[in-house]
Amino acid sequence: MMDSIVEGCFQLMGGDFTNAGTASSELKSTLSKLGVSQEVVRRAAIAAFEAEMNIIIHAVAGTMHYVVSSEEVRITLTDMGPGIQDIELAMQEGYSTAPDWVREMGWGAGMGLPNIKKNADKLKIDSVVGEGTTLEIVIYTRKN
Amino acid sequence: MLKVNDIIEKIGLDIRVSGDMYKHVTGCYISDLLSDVMAHSKDGELWITLQTHPNIVAVAVIKGLSCIVITNGRLPESDTVKKAESENITILTTPKTTFETAGLLYNLLRSE
Repeated sequence: MMDSIVEGCFQLMGGDFTNAGTASSELKSTLSKLGVSQEVVRRAAIAAFEAEMNIIIHAVAGTMHYVVSSEEVRITLTDMGPGIQDIELAMQEGYSTAPDWVREMGWGAGMGLPNIKKNADKLKIDSVVGEGTTLEIVIYTRKN
Repeated sequence: MLKVNDIIEKIGLDIRVSGDMYKHVTGCYISDLLSDVMAHSKDGELWITLQTHPNIVAVAVIKGLSCIVITNGRLPESDTVKKAESENITILTTPKTTFETAGLLYNLLRSE
């Protein structure tokens, strides 16, 4: 495991379904190369991808920023989007505001945020309706 | 344990994109709901679906799936093929239904 801190950032475009997952796949391979344990890589990639999809589905644009230290993987996603009206409701499995055409693609089942929570050790959501949402996902690299 | 190329040979699937053919197939997951695959599939599983759009490749990469099988004679979209080629993900197709494909695979994996 490395001693230094590694960080990076990806730009995400709302509606760009063709390139969906590119940022999370790159993050996944970066973490693997850094020698982060397979289990942490797996959880980080899943959480990052669900959050990336949320931005592509709901927002105009956003960024994914990651910081990897010997202690944790911290992924922060910030978007210019509609914001979340009711965070507690959005965290419930099965609740979604995605349009029908997104559901036909197999998304928008209301499983994204719950899946992020399941894979993260810490999840913080800040959202302002009409402005955007920030998600902070933390996964500890060491077992407690 | 069976590898992707063993499965292709034994149950007769058409190769659309040839990725890592030596990846172990640890099991199978079936769903057309990508959110469900994200939540419940496991590393190394073969994924049977009717979805053909490029996001299936991203899901396979993130979840570490061994390959994607598209059933009912459907074909992957051209963007899906391009993405799978660049990500080294195998895409297979079959004219058989999901039920028939799953049945063949079930027997094959059980016999191992």
